[in-house]
Amino acid sequence: MTVLVPVSVDDALAALQSKPGSTLLAGGTDYLVQVNFGHSRPADVIALRRVTQLRNWHRSGDTLTLGAGLTYTDFLDPELASMVPALAQAARTVGSPQIRNAGTLGGNVATASPAGDTLPVLIALDAEVVLQSAERGVRRVPLREFIVGVKRTVRESDELIVEVDVPVLAGGQEYLKVGTRNAMVISVAGVALVVDRVGQNVRCGLGSVGPVPLRCPQAEAYAATEIDWSAMSIHAGALGEFGRLAALAASPITDHRSTAEYRRHVVGVCAARALERVVSTHGGPDHD
Amino acid sequence: MTNSLSYSLLINGTQHDVAEGWIGESLLYVLRERLGLPGAKNACEQGECGSCSVLIDGSLVCSCLVMAAAVTDAEIFTVESIGTPDQLSDVQQAFVTNGAVQCGFCTPGLIMAVHDLLDHNAAPNDLEVREAISGNLCRCTGYGRIFEAVREVQIRRAGGVQ
Repeated sequence: MTVLVPVSVDDALAALQSKPGSTLLAGGTDYLVQVNFGHSRPADVIALRRVTQLRNWHRSGDTLTLGAGLTYTDFLDPELASMVPALAQAARTVGSPQIRNAGTLGGNVATASPAGDTLPVLIALDAEVVLQSAERGVRRVPLREFIVGVKRTVRESDELIVEVDVPVLAGGQEYLKVGTRNAMVISVAGVALVVDRVGQNVRCGLGSVGPVPLRCPQAEAYAATEIDWSAMSIHAGALGEFGRLAALAASPITDHRSTAEYRRHVVGVCAARALERVVSTHGGPDHD
Repeated sequence: MTNSLSYSLLINGTQHDVAEGWIGESLLYVLRERLGLPGAKNACEQGECGSCSVLIDGSLVCSCLVMAAAVTDAEIFTVESIGTPDQLSDVQQAFVTNGAVQCGFCTPGLIMAVHDLLDHNAAPNDLEVREAISGNLCRCTGYGRIFEAVREVQIRRAGGVQ
């Protein structure tokens, strides 16, 4: 029974190699709840809080590399928020200041909860997860392949999530989430919308409405053809159809937090609203 | 392999030895049950209520979600570091004066959260105040008097007279 507190990625990887079954502890906002309620009994723990390397970010061209140890509070930094606004919006909806100060990007990705708030944004951005192990070095896995089920990922037991790469895109972004109040809420449903003006496409990510974060290919294709890309506007009548198509992509269940029907409804409303916020609209909703 | 851990924590400027702790013990548990520092309150043990709020390396966090044995090199401050019974901090005094304390269970966490807010933002607007204490549940006051207390400290610190 050990708690190791490495100060570098190399030390953390060496520790993980010597004890591959170790629990990697980032912010602890999910894991300590399990421990407190007796659902998990840690044996060997590698705490990542002192690996300051993991809290760095840098931009190289149009790629933004985000350290896995960045906290939700870190994402509220105006400079970072300006490059990935939907990620900042999602971060701000997480928990409370206390939770945002502790919880990390890497923790959210590794935990892979269907309700993880950064995940709809990351899948909309086609984020890549960068994993590292002492033995095999670095490998990169697209987020959409990284999460394979409810709280299940393809991370190997000797691997550490070191970074998440996302593109810096020109175009509006939005994250909308529904819960019972504005703070301290686990998402009933969440919708991330990202517009790429250069590539002339729209990407829509959904959270809490399936075992893994989902994309909405039909809705995305529809929006891309309906948007007047030179004016960055869309006919108001297209918003509802976009929402309807997004809702079709959802695969929600009924549980203690909400019903499948309501979750699907939320996706439709929030997707349409998000699109309305990131492009201008023309015409009335009743005309075509 | 041993089944217990012994380590030391720097709390409120003093080193405290923890002998034979269990690896999974939260900082909240260690503070209250091992070190005789019961200021941080134990309510939800899942980061929902904020009544166990402490500062770790300058960040406000829920001590129930901190593994104690992982913060051996950190600077920890609890509500016990704020004011004394004879000399309350300005935030504590404002809570008393404004009737922002009823049952008192949430108060230590709120005192930590409000100090943290006003130490970083001397002039928060209403939304910022609400957001700053959104993770601190109070089931008695309805928050109105807490907001009044925060406002009073803000005005006093700015040199104004209430």
